[in-house]
Amino acid sequence: MQVTSRQFKENSHKALQDEELRAALNRVKQGFTTKRREAADALPEFEQLRDQARDIKNHVLENLDYYLEYFESRVKDQGGHVHWCSTHKDAKDAILKICKDAGAKTVTKGKSMITEELALNKFLEAQGIEPIETDLGEYIIQLADEPPSHIIGPAVHKTREQVTELFHEHHQKYGYTEREEDAEKLVGEARAVLRHKYVTADVGITGANFLVAETGSTVIVTNEGNGDLTQSLPKTHIVVASLEKVIPTLEDVSTVMRVLARSATGQEMSVYTTFSTGPRRKDDIDGPENFHVILLDGGRSEMIGTELQELLRCIRCGACMNHCPVYHAVGGHSYGWVYPGPIGAALNPQMVGLEEALHLPNASSFCGRCEEVCPVRIPLPKILRHWREKAFEQQIAPKPDRWGIELWGFFAKRPGLYRQVTKIAAKMLSLMAGKEGRLKKLPFNNGWTRVRDLPAPQGETFMQQWQKKQKREG
Amino acid sequence: MSENTEKIEVALFVTCLVDINRPSVGFAAVKLLEQTGCRVVVPDAQTCCGQPAYNSGDRRSTKQIAGDVISAFKGYRYVIAPSGSCAGMIRKHYPELFADDPDMLLEAQDLANRTYELVSFLKDVRNFETNDVHFDQKVTYHDSCSNLREMKVVEQPRELMKNINGLELIEAEDREACCGFGGTFCIKYSEISEEMVDRKIDHLKATGADVISAGDLGCLMNIAGRLYRRGENMKVLHIAEILAGMGDVPGIGEERR
Repeated sequence: MQVTSRQFKENSHKALQDEELRAALNRVKQGFTTKRREAADALPEFEQLRDQARDIKNHVLENLDYYLEYFESRVKDQGGHVHWCSTHKDAKDAILKICKDAGAKTVTKGKSMITEELALNKFLEAQGIEPIETDLGEYIIQLADEPPSHIIGPAVHKTREQVTELFHEHHQKYGYTEREEDAEKLVGEARAVLRHKYVTADVGITGANFLVAETGSTVIVTNEGNGDLTQSLPKTHIVVASLEKVIPTLEDVSTVMRVLARSATGQEMSVYTTFSTGPRRKDDIDGPENFHVILLDGGRSEMIGTELQELLRCIRCGACMNHCPVYHAVGGHSYGWVYPGPIGAALNPQMVGLEEALHLPNASSFCGRCEEVCPVRIPLPKILRHWREKAFEQQIAPKPDRWGIELWGFFAKRPGLYRQVTKIAAKMLSLMAGKEGRLKKLPFNNGWTRVRDLPAPQGETFMQQWQKKQKREG
Repeated sequence: MSENTEKIEVALFVTCLVDINRPSVGFAAVKLLEQTGCRVVVPDAQTCCGQPAYNSGDRRSTKQIAGDVISAFKGYRYVIAPSGSCAGMIRKHYPELFADDPDMLLEAQDLANRTYELVSFLKDVRNFETNDVHFDQKVTYHDSCSNLREMKVVEQPRELMKNINGLELIEAEDREACCGFGGTFCIKYSEISEEMVDRKIDHLKATGADVISAGDLGCLMNIAGRLYRRGENMKVLHIAEILAGMGDVPGIGEERR
């Protein structure tokens, strides 16, 4: 997808004016945070489970080569294929080849963030293959021709009214000529339209929440059951996953799953948890004839052994964005690439380049709420700070910001001089404010006074007054 | 003799915002510390904890400033800051800064162990009780992110406020949300910060309280500045001012008398 992270400020400005988006984001803020809190509080061992989930993922990352090869051998044992793809292009080429070999005209798709990274839909369309999203949220944004705005709720930014209009526009050709306004009936309409597509699709593409090394299984969690139909009805099933999704055992899956849904939606478990292990066996009553796993690196192995390694623990629950005040204010599209919210602000500079994504790690108040709720305890603020340090070192931070900090640093390192300057600044600002006690405008620094008054200094600095007091008291 | 009756020497880390903008918070801190039997020293070589550089990615300057702070406060049994944010910088981030420098790490860790945020020090270390303080106001308290998450100073200010005669504490909704200050964030991303502080103010206002308080001057200046810009009428005070019985000073950003 086209990266628009450079326009983060313009994007956010637009988002902040969008009343429908504000209403939608308010639902994210209220709904997800309350539900996660209730789910976490209801499980006494929740905090320990987070530690265990973190440790499992750390263990995998320390032994990634071993578990990936183990996983591959188990997939092969089951009659499936694993395609190692170091770049996004490699992955797209591999998917295309499988589709062509299957003679595919249409593919159904379950929800997959990796295929968003690949911009797979546009790619397939250009090759004359029609992709059909089957997750309701993904289906809605596919009709709207928009990227997802949230990693687990891709259409959270859409209101019911907007969905009514979209369906009315796109479903008339299937005989739905009336505008449907009831939410449940809208779901029914989408289900009926999609049901037909499942049966006619040649290939089903899904993502994976886990790749289980000991069994060669891939696992998806969904709430709609669309994933099951996507992967079991077509003749060919392609699983698209990035390499850090591998996990040693089924036991480990069950541990991490206990924090996944609770952190994401506040559910104990998602409605469907689907394990796929190779293609259909002789005596199976259904299932795909071909089973392929696209294993994407896409810049991830470069993160191993660096400050960014901890990001690879991410299980894509979305808790960080659900609790992020910046995400609540600007929504997912403002971030300008696939991953929004704190995880996007930490990951996207690696994926699309720091200069392109420079705003993202900077647009944070470091409130720390993301780290507080991350089920695998990724130190997100620390990683955002890492990017700020990189930008400062490489001199790509905006020059006025650098000069400001360097000037301030110059004084902060010289207490005597600092004392003189602060004395004058406090006095001046206090005089400028006069009796009113605050300033509406400053000759510099519009960022503060554009939205706030500046409470004026009381007059003399603390240090001045303290020294006078010390002298008086001898 | 127990630590409560013994005169102990504590060093006050004034913090740059208190020094420049609101010395009354510093004097309130001194008064409170003296009430618990401390002798307060204010080391002259102090400036700032280094957060502006740290959060802007200037690690080299941050380390230099942190080194200066470490030497300025060497030897004091306790170092007290009327701010969760600045105390948190010293306690949590100084040791991280020197993780690859064993000698400095030892000193940074030593300072971190001696450094406290004011209210938690009063309550947890000095068993402070507010006596004879009257403040006939409805107060709502904002948890700064650093006090809430980094320093875990949440119950102490509330317990101390409970003992103040006439004070009624009313909790706001969505207490865990950031006010949108975030240091240079509120200047660089003022539009997003505006949205955050507006939501915060809506919740604080909905309590019907007369006074907003918190333990960090950064948040308070942000909230007060926006309140006045919106034309709202609530008094904004640092928690130390209330606890020290100095709640009658003009609030942050309020007209002078």
